[in-house]
Amino acid sequence: MHELSVCQALVDQLRDLAEREAAQRITRVLLRVGPMSGVVPELLEHAFPIAAAETVAEGAAIDIEDAPVRVRCRNCGVETDAEPGSLVCGSCGDFRTDLVSGDELLLVSVELER
Amino acid sequence: MCNTCGCNVTDANRHLLDEHADHRHDHDHHHAEPVATASGTVAVLKRLLDANDHEAAHNREHFDEYGVLAINLMSSPGSGKTRLLEATIEALGGELRMGVIEGDLETENDAARIRAKGVPAHQITTGTACHLDAHMIHHALHHVPLAGLDVLFIENVGNLVCPASFDLGQHRNVTLLSVTEGDDKPAKYPVMFRAADLMLITKTDLLAVIDEFSPDRATRAFRALAQEGPVLSLSAKTGEGLGDWLAWLRSEVAAQKTRAAAGETVRPKVQPDGVARHGRGAA
Repeated sequence: MHELSVCQALVDQLRDLAEREAAQRITRVLLRVGPMSGVVPELLEHAFPIAAAETVAEGAAIDIEDAPVRVRCRNCGVETDAEPGSLVCGSCGDFRTDLVSGDELLLVSVELER
Repeated sequence: MCNTCGCNVTDANRHLLDEHADHRHDHDHHHAEPVATASGTVAVLKRLLDANDHEAAHNREHFDEYGVLAINLMSSPGSGKTRLLEATIEALGGELRMGVIEGDLETENDAARIRAKGVPAHQITTGTACHLDAHMIHHALHHVPLAGLDVLFIENVGNLVCPASFDLGQHRNVTLLSVTEGDDKPAKYPVMFRAADLMLITKTDLLAVIDEFSPDRATRAFRALAQEGPVLSLSAKTGEGLGDWLAWLRSEVAAQKTRAAAGETVRPKVQPDGVARHGRGAA
């Protein structure tokens, strides 16, 4: 359950951001979390209110958007959808691919009140 | 790419901003301070574990300063990480200067086992935390004599999930898979096995009685994660296959000495998220 650690890191970032922006309150947070990040979005949603309690982000809504698992083949160059447990090329079947999407663990944007 | 203002906008991720936030960016300079708009939305686009990444980079600088190779050992509980270290110390104790940081929820047991072999070991007890992070390693480094070491092993908390998400500052990830666990583990825990620079199949002496485990199937599951990394098999108990692991270790230690002398460093092949694509690299 490392999602609580991740949320604590998120709240630290939000605290710094609120200070820099002279914000009174954070009202909404948008994250982008891919399945290859090793973090479970549902658990993040549950952990966030715990980490945000009694901070500038208390009560903020949290939106988490998915990122598709996509690979680009080093053999044929084609970009295809993949699965977390199978990152082989969907076109030629070669296993030598590069992940181009799906491992994101990003704070995308924040809504705040001044 | 700007490394000072929190801006991580790349060609690959710029669309995220375009889709989700009112923003103004000075694209000519590839530099974007977070900008609040009338609606009160601030574009950030920063890794959630940015602070951990920074501390990990700091740890890596310490290792490089002393020319020490740092290896993060990850696996399920009971797959033989500590036993591997004992066998490694027995084999190379006279050749390489080794140190160990042990991570467990409770007890000093593993550090005591390492110290019994004459190697300095510091135990981190995490309480309830399921992984080590860069901050814990930073603290532990105050208790580790880096100046006298060639290689530092960080034995992570036994867990095939959480440790994969946290950079510690290591140069290499080694993931163990014991033959008692099932050969489909790479498919079940893709984030962990994708992060491995080397997969070690351990306890091969038990293959005689565990015929369900096929090293070939385990290797195929590993390759299906776009993994070109080496796969080695060994039994720390009988010594079978140990030589290949020791040879890998020797070559990595030598490579680290060369890099450190040239003022260069290296990170594990796969990062806890594609830093190069999604945001600022901490290193």
